[in-house]
Amino acid sequence: MKIIISYIIAAILITSQLASAQQIAKTETGSFLLRGGTLVTVSNGTITGDLLVADGKIKSIGESIPLPAGAIEIDCAGKYVYPGMIDGGTKLGLQEVGSVSLTSDHNEIGDFIPHMEALTAVNPNAVSIPVTRVNGITSALVVPSGGSFPGTASLINLVGYTPDQMYAGFKGAVLNFPATGKRGWWDRRSAEDIKKEAEKAMKTLDDTWKKVKLYAKINAAASSDKKALAGYNPSMDAMLQVANGTRHLLVEVNKEADIKAALKWIEKNEVNAILTGVSEGYRVAADIAKADLPVIVGPVLSIPGRQSDKYDAAYTNPGLLHKAGVKVVLRTSSYENVRNLPYNAGFAAAYGMGTEAALRSVTLSAAEVFGVAGQLGSLDEGKIANLFVSDGDPFETKTDIYHLFISGRKVPLESRHTLLYDEFLNRDPGLKK
Amino acid sequence: MNNSMMNHKLYTAILLLLVSQWMMAQDVLIKNGTVITITDGVKENTDVLIQNGRIKSIGEGLSAGDEVRVVDAEGMYVMPGIIDAHSHIGIDVVNESTAPVTAEVRVGDVINPYAVSIYRALAGGVTTSHAMHGSANAIGGQCETIKHRYGEEDPEALKMEGAPRTIKFALGENPMRVHGEGQGIQPKTRMGIEQVFRKAFAEAQEYASAWKDYNAGKKQVAPAYDVRKEAVADILSGEIIIHCHSYRADEILMLMDVLEDYGVNQICFQHVNEGFKVAPELAAFGASASVFADWWAYKFEVYYSTAYNAAILTKNNVVTSINSDSGELIRHLYHEAGKSQKYGDLTDNEALKLITINPAKQLGIDDRVGSLEVGKDGDVAIFSAHPLSIYAIPQMTIVDGTVRFDIQADPIDMRLDIDPEEEMPAFYELDAHDHHRCMEGVFEELFMHQH
Repeated sequence: MKIIISYIIAAILITSQLASAQQIAKTETGSFLLRGGTLVTVSNGTITGDLLVADGKIKSIGESIPLPAGAIEIDCAGKYVYPGMIDGGTKLGLQEVGSVSLTSDHNEIGDFIPHMEALTAVNPNAVSIPVTRVNGITSALVVPSGGSFPGTASLINLVGYTPDQMYAGFKGAVLNFPATGKRGWWDRRSAEDIKKEAEKAMKTLDDTWKKVKLYAKINAAASSDKKALAGYNPSMDAMLQVANGTRHLLVEVNKEADIKAALKWIEKNEVNAILTGVSEGYRVAADIAKADLPVIVGPVLSIPGRQSDKYDAAYTNPGLLHKAGVKVVLRTSSYENVRNLPYNAGFAAAYGMGTEAALRSVTLSAAEVFGVAGQLGSLDEGKIANLFVSDGDPFETKTDIYHLFISGRKVPLESRHTLLYDEFLNRDPGLKK
Repeated sequence: MNNSMMNHKLYTAILLLLVSQWMMAQDVLIKNGTVITITDGVKENTDVLIQNGRIKSIGEGLSAGDEVRVVDAEGMYVMPGIIDAHSHIGIDVVNESTAPVTAEVRVGDVINPYAVSIYRALAGGVTTSHAMHGSANAIGGQCETIKHRYGEEDPEALKMEGAPRTIKFALGENPMRVHGEGQGIQPKTRMGIEQVFRKAFAEAQEYASAWKDYNAGKKQVAPAYDVRKEAVADILSGEIIIHCHSYRADEILMLMDVLEDYGVNQICFQHVNEGFKVAPELAAFGASASVFADWWAYKFEVYYSTAYNAAILTKNNVVTSINSDSGELIRHLYHEAGKSQKYGDLTDNEALKLITINPAKQLGIDDRVGSLEVGKDGDVAIFSAHPLSIYAIPQMTIVDGTVRFDIQADPIDMRLDIDPEEEMPAFYELDAHDHHRCMEGVFEELFMHQH
């Protein structure tokens, strides 16, 4: 007995030491039976029942599931179970501190560098990852930035000690389509200069694409002869799958005229594309729907691109695209506040999209667009257990999250932000020395 | 005057005519809303009557003459106009970054009534904002409290008459970067920043006492007039309220020590991401805090932040507000306030105080705005749902009894200043990232080369 007590005391001491050192508790593995919650499946409506997490998966969904030996039962009566949210475009883990350039790993030098792998540079221990996931975001696309082809984006789950453990099964090469907009309020280029630069960029893009296709053709011919191509050409190699359509090209494009140009270019070159950004998508929603291309839109909490735009243009954009029949995914484009994904979705919902469609856009639609709907995006048996338990609609700021599972592991609801709260809410010592 | 300029004037005149007709000042009776007074609870099925720009009465079944515009607010929420204690909208210039002390410059001289960002703030229920100087200097310029009277052409018409004078201070990385790293002069460290204040205060004190001696007849020759020292002396005499850009706990404590030495007690710490670490000290000093709901990690000095900041400060009895510092965020301060319920479980009223009466206190205008009370300014925001809900959509925003935003009569293009030679207004790729205008005017060139 004494030994047990001293073990308990030791455990308490260790735990409290960890807390004061501001370390986040470990995730737990095991079987967990979520009992009697309202399951918002996204794929098959909302039902009341039990959900069993085992072997990292949603093992079963049903009524009165018997508690397996060794499983932990979690009472979810009066609570809601949601599939984890997926952010369609972030720099999570690729940037630690905004103004400190050496903590930035998303913007490499070079204009045609699709072989730069975002997954390589994801820091699994980035402080912002726990900050993000405690709000119910369980996966995110991590996206490189910079020149025309700045690299290859990856989908990650927000638990793991290595990038490989986090990898969630989707990669896409990024293309920043030639833009004819101003870059920001500080951009003093004349309209003429902007046009010239864009024309030049368009020509470069066409030339690059021709080379990519030619390289793919030569490569295919060589491999059918069971020969390897001579020479080291990593950027071209990184485009092979894009060229044959087995890997998506994430085409970043925002302005109306540029979207139209991108649609033409994608059709002409038969590219397997996903449009990203798409700020003015609502102006050409029918064209995008006709092209049958999915879009990753956001941040929704943005000011409109033009001074003449209606104040809520960015809020209403996802809803208008959705209503035109476009498959919409949302993104925050953030590294530190990806946690605001549900609120971006909430604004989209309030401004015309509706809650159900907005929820789908950050769960199942995202999984579908990334080709991982067999594993992520809804509460269905056999999918990876990425889910959370809340006391209400996760788009509402009043809603709290009680339990979180990522890749089937039970994740503590701790982050630097919660630990600082715990330490400083009732500071001791207070005013006295 | 050439042709295009004439066209320009004509366009502007027509637009202003349209806008001014639509924004006719009128008495307003808001009927049957859920009235969130902030200082006197929440009243169901209650009317608010605004007469001559002021709140005339709050109660059930109010009636008014035929001249009065009646707004049916059944099923809606009526709250005081939102106040942003930290913004840079509606001004042409943000930073006079040429010296560590520039107390003499005034944001009030660069008000831009044509800024469409003012209308966009109105569309988020915001009626008053604190147009601030930037954070390049330890002692920056004097700020201006403005009312969002969008549609008025005269810059003076936006200034909130009678609002106390305020001034921008800044600690930490920004003044260190601009002056120390940028120009090789003090301050390059937080030690240097302390001494910039001590020197400015000591010199202003000498200056003020020299004038005092002269005015008392003790000296025959008047001291040389110095507009910069004059302004700093006004801080020491308590005539100007300090609003200090700050992040780290140590620098916050430093400034309170300096102020204590000079008997200055009116200070609102701005951003103050590590305010939660020294909440008891802030409360004891009587300092207030104006924070972001959740911004962090954008620079090293905000790396050890928590979104629970507002809640910790509130629970330690520090008068706290949530601000925008952004033309984007100012449009949804009600949502930012809602995050204090996610992070720290503030009550509805505590959360709404963060964007109403508390920023009013920090700006010294709480006798005029920040709550729905008889006699206060007719500044009202009406929402479709409870303003802390993500589904709340601002319906109408009234400033001094004038309806400045009405979702039922909301033209798409609300610009007041149009270039007739521009076929289509430019599209800005990165406007979404209109963050942190605090350093505007210092680093445009740098941004230009980065992208």
